[in-house]
Amino acid sequence: MHEMGIAMQIIEIAAASIPAEMKDAVVKKVNIKVGKLSAVVPSSLRFCFEIAAKDTRLSGAELDIEEIPVRARCRECRGEWTIHDPVFTCITCGSGSIDVISGRELDIASIEVQ
Amino acid sequence: MEIKVVRKVLDVNAKMAEQNRKLFAEKKVFVLNVMSSPGSGKTTTLQKSLTRLMPDLKCAVIVGDICTTNDADRLAVSGAPVVQINTDEFGGDCHLAAHVIEKAALDLDLDNIDLLIVENVGNLVCPAEFDIGEDARTVVLSVTEGEDKPVKYPLMFRECDSAILNKIDLLPYLDFDMDLVRKYIREVHPGMPIFEISAKTGEGFDPWLDWLKSLVLKKIR
Ligand SMILES: Nc1nc2c(ncn2[C@@H]2O[C@H](COP(=O)(O)OP(=O)(O)O)[C@@H](O)[C@H]2O)c(=O)[nH]1
Ligand SMILES: [Mg+2]
Ligand SMILES: [Zn+2]
Repeated sequence: MHEMGIAMQIIEIAAASIPAEMKDAVVKKVNIKVGKLSAVVPSSLRFCFEIAAKDTRLSGAELDIEEIPVRARCRECRGEWTIHDPVFTCITCGSGSIDVISGRELDIASIEVQ
Repeated sequence: MEIKVVRKVLDVNAKMAEQNRKLFAEKKVFVLNVMSSPGSGKTTTLQKSLTRLMPDLKCAVIVGDICTTNDADRLAVSGAPVVQINTDEFGGDCHLAAHVIEKAALDLDLDNIDLLIVENVGNLVCPAEFDIGEDARTVVLSVTEGEDKPVKYPLMFRECDSAILNKIDLLPYLDFDMDLVRKYIREVHPGMPIFEISAKTGEGFDPWLDWLKSLVLKKIR
């Protein structure tokens, strides 16, 4: 639901990341990482990005979304695993004392300019 | 040519949230962010909570949720200063961002506030993603919404420090399975305190208010 705002942030950051000496460059692709636990729907983000990019230096650019799985580590037994269902207890020892070590990403990794 | 960027998309919000957090630490103001879907009973719960917390605690409210009418007026009856945020009526603002809180806080006398409660926009998705510089987060779920909300919106239930199950006065008229919702919440967020209340009758408020008060006192002392 807030994908439009996020798309606009991505465009702002990407445009600001074009090196100053590349005056005429346009962005062809933006590579981002979206954790599966983040409150972002990739398809709607792509849709908003396409609209918001019009008339910017990212017009027509592709938004490449790498979805990052939710990984957790148990504080008791130190085990690590990938969470598929929304159950956040240790699959080995049952402890609820866990850290989510990936899956919350909403990061821009790189841009591809031409 | 590929150019590495490596930035968080929301880093502007994160920085602003840190700034808020610093200000609230200096002023010794405890900030609670209250979130839920529209109509779960945030305003009603806060109304009842405020009358019981004041005057022992000096409270203020920032309201972003305008789903039901006159939230600000309803809350102001308690005597607490209330700042209403006018969110974009076309749904552009599905959450409160840190810069909005920063601006709203300018209208408050932070030196005379112990507890600042933020009633976020009614939405179980977006507000969970936006740090506003708060100390604690509470999600309100009413028993009319269905047991599966915690597993449908796991981020919200993981990001929050406590959950309120509201409208328990309606349980006799519903097929809502309390054991099931408790189980779901425990799976998504093991150890999360759950408070079962009726904002209408006032039932169950003691444990909830004790939890909140002890957190506030820890910070402002
Ligand atoms: N029966 C019952 N109704 C409630 C309770 N809490 C809130 N309501 C009603 O639910 C509706 C929405 O409440 P409100 O506090 O405005 O929800 P908000 O949108 O989350 O702020 C109102 O009509 C309230 O009177 C409750 O505990 N029991
Ligand atoms: Mg309300
Ligand atoms: Zn374990």
